[in-house]
Amino acid sequence: MATWLVKRLAQGLVVIVLTTTITFFLIHAAPGEPFAGLLDDPRTTQQMRDAHRARYGLDRPLVVQYARFVASIGTGNLGESFTYHRPVADVLGDAIPRTLLLMGAAMLVGFAAGIALGTAQGARPGGWLDRITGSMAVLVASLPDFWLALLALLLFAATWRILPVSGFSDPTLSASAPLVVRAGDVLRHLTLPAGTLGLLVAAIVSRYQRAALIDVLPEPWLRTARAKGVPRHAVIFRHALRNALLPTITLGGLAVPALLGGAVFVEVTFAWQGMGSLAVQAVGDRDYPLVLAIVLLSSALVVAGAIVADVVHAIADPRQRHA
Amino acid sequence: MPDATPSSLAAFADTEPAPTTPGAPGRIAAVLRRDPAATVAAAVLLLIAAAAVFAPWIAPFDPALPLDVEARAQPPSSIHWLGTDPLTRDLLSRILFGARVSLGISFLAVLVATIVGTAWGALAGYVGGWVDRVLMSVVDAGLAIPRILLLLGIVAFWRTLSAPALVVVLGLTGWFGASRLVRAEVQAARRRDFAIAARASGASPARVLVRHVLPHAMTPMLVAATLGVGQVVVIEAGLAFLGYGVAAPAASWGNIIRDGREVLATAWWVSVFPGIALALTVLAINVLGDRLRAALGAPQLPAP
Amino acid sequence: MTSPADVLLRVTDLRTHFHLGGEVARAVDGVSFDIHAGETVGMVGESGCGKSVTALSLLRLVDPPGRIEPGSRIEFEGRDLLALDNEGIRRIRGNRIAMVFQEPMTALNPVFSIGDQVAEVARVHAGASRKAAWERAVEMLNLVGIPDPRERAKAYPHQLSGGMRQRVLIAMALVMNPSLLIADEPTTALDVTIQAQILELLASLQQKLGLAVLLITHDLGVVAEVTSRVLVMYGGQVVERAPVRELFANPRHPYTRGLLQAMPRLGDHRDRLAVIPGTVPPPTRWPSGCRFRDRCPYAWERCATEAPPEYPAGNGHGARCHLVDEPARDVALAAPVA
Repeated sequence: MATWLVKRLAQGLVVIVLTTTITFFLIHAAPGEPFAGLLDDPRTTQQMRDAHRARYGLDRPLVVQYARFVASIGTGNLGESFTYHRPVADVLGDAIPRTLLLMGAAMLVGFAAGIALGTAQGARPGGWLDRITGSMAVLVASLPDFWLALLALLLFAATWRILPVSGFSDPTLSASAPLVVRAGDVLRHLTLPAGTLGLLVAAIVSRYQRAALIDVLPEPWLRTARAKGVPRHAVIFRHALRNALLPTITLGGLAVPALLGGAVFVEVTFAWQGMGSLAVQAVGDRDYPLVLAIVLLSSALVVAGAIVADVVHAIADPRQRHA
Repeated sequence: MPDATPSSLAAFADTEPAPTTPGAPGRIAAVLRRDPAATVAAAVLLLIAAAAVFAPWIAPFDPALPLDVEARAQPPSSIHWLGTDPLTRDLLSRILFGARVSLGISFLAVLVATIVGTAWGALAGYVGGWVDRVLMSVVDAGLAIPRILLLLGIVAFWRTLSAPALVVVLGLTGWFGASRLVRAEVQAARRRDFAIAARASGASPARVLVRHVLPHAMTPMLVAATLGVGQVVVIEAGLAFLGYGVAAPAASWGNIIRDGREVLATAWWVSVFPGIALALTVLAINVLGDRLRAALGAPQLPAP
Repeated sequence: MTSPADVLLRVTDLRTHFHLGGEVARAVDGVSFDIHAGETVGMVGESGCGKSVTALSLLRLVDPPGRIEPGSRIEFEGRDLLALDNEGIRRIRGNRIAMVFQEPMTALNPVFSIGDQVAEVARVHAGASRKAAWERAVEMLNLVGIPDPRERAKAYPHQLSGGMRQRVLIAMALVMNPSLLIADEPTTALDVTIQAQILELLASLQQKLGLAVLLITHDLGVVAEVTSRVLVMYGGQVVERAPVRELFANPRHPYTRGLLQAMPRLGDHRDRLAVIPGTVPPPTRWPSGCRFRDRCPYAWERCATEAPPEYPAGNGHGARCHLVDEPARDVALAAPVA
């Protein structure tokens, strides 16, 4: 297990280095220039341009810039944001927990609902519940995430006015308010973004869980369970589901890149100030260090997701635990 | 197999190997004849494609031409069936012309992705060894960045993006899954007798690959590409939604939805109608792709 | 013969059909037999003869498109099993009638420890506490000869050999002291020495616990070793029934004779084993008349037109063959060696 983990971590590191390197050269090779705000201004002179480029080392050859970038990352320094004029780590420090909160909530809701629904469908494939909710899941899974977010915004903001539709918390709420009140406020703000993302996750997970359950139903050991008098619900929920959950665990790890992608749109639409909306903003500002840091973190999250899923899978499956 | 999905949440559909049974595309026609859901989906797609192709003839107005100040963001009416946008342009016409852009770009991008992915995966699978490991670690890296982030990273550094450039960029960020699929197929096919026999009879590796191995990857590739178009339609729209699509005043579904975002509370139709067109397209592609995948996979016979 | 009061299980005209699209596979088609308390009955036949479906039907474990047809009767300890509701039959399964399946490799749930799986029987039927059920499981594992049962109970199926798994399945079946054990090819997947051990175990447990066993097998050697009466199945029907010695000494159905000739014997120096020519026809298309006639060396016109009833042949012996009715035709034939 330990050697396996070391190997997986090493592979993950290679992936992270590659993604960051590819992104580094892609954005530096592109014809646009950094400092969008400043350099797009027609009054900016060539000297100002050059001074700025020199200040951030952008006048050096690309290879030198890359070497500096790697060296700086190696010491744990993500650089300084061009737009915020603060260390990138500080800028991301606020955004990361918000994105993790959003993704975590969406995953929790999505997987819980998806597993429950997929199990109910798979237990009686072709039944009325399967037909109705199955078609709905296919439909929901076909909805573009940003459009679904807009629809939620339209219904909840313009029409029903039940939930807050933008931001992370109520700005009028005093920082001295009790923790419970502030947490409740964040939770209310979280409902729509996490609900939107969670709904899409649930649709996909339910299809997956349904297929996984149907896959194990013909297993001889389920017949053994029935033959020894185990009630039907226990045959499904105890015997079949325990096995059918294994592939879903793997799916959980694989879902991280998709969730991050979805988070970009949901954060932008609901003005949730996390990594996703920061990424869009950084890209617009051509804030190289911030963009690179976000790519680095995202791929690290993806790699971590895959490893965590593998570890959980190994714990849940005795055949791997003892292997 | 789970249903593949289009939204950006669906990158994991890429990692699902499609059934590996080789089969002639002729079987697809048989599926369409037998399966009503697939038939309806195909008909819907055909209708949308026709609308895109014939947009210049069927659109009631010029999609880029502002009409008059009076017609600003008007609700659907007998003149403007789907209403007008904040710049007084006819929404139906814009959606019809948008279909040209959205579908055209997506289709071509998937073509690019399929070609790149096939070449990459075939090379990795056929040569094997360290070449395979190096090529596949690039694929792993590609799959480890959320595609929208990768796209944003690239796209934002061009000032404005022409449609051909968008095709290339979308294609070059979308081939990772396809290359895995082809690699798996090639590895499986390579072990089969006929490939070995063809090799023994002195055919060159390239010839064996193209004539004997790749045809087996056709069916799963076709299914993956079908589903891929659905994904790219959404990604392209998403980019446009964030402001990085084709340049205005050209319409694509994504930037029409973006136009409507600011007036969501007062003119919901501007965002809702192009979204419905988008969702319908993706739904049809998903249903079709899934039915094909199910039908072209292992035949399901009742147990005796 | 034992008195009717001793009849533990009485199956009457059991028909289990599979409705596949337009076709009907009559996998079990009019099977009747009794099992008395404490006896071991063998059920033999080639694969596809309907013996496994018969076994599954007894516990109503046949899934759609399979269906036990109306008119079938299964009486067990005086109760009509086919009239019970789902909860009623569930209380019988694993409790009064237990079953051991033929695939020890796949018949155990891979994600639960074997102790859990044995204990589960006590939990669902006796409402035993977690601890009590576990103790019972350890006791049962000990009974079936698993060494160091307290430790082994924590093992998972993939950590055990095929023979050990089969012992676990037997332990699981016996937790509630059932009065009938159905063993469907319990030794087929095992190698020869293990087969003998498992059969020995079954025989000794049967003696010790006084349970009745329905042993389903395609291997007449196994039948000869452990059973007292035999049912030979072909084409979804019982084609011959007899006490085991009588059957081996005086087989009346040509199919049984074929099976006996196909049996490898110690000191047998023939180069090839005799096999019955042809294959079992598909259950969707049984031949008219006698279902064995296509493969039968004796077949004559009557066999094609008239389905043979089961003719009694004395001493609890019976056979579904017109030869019993027309003994004159039963003359020695050259052995149909393929």
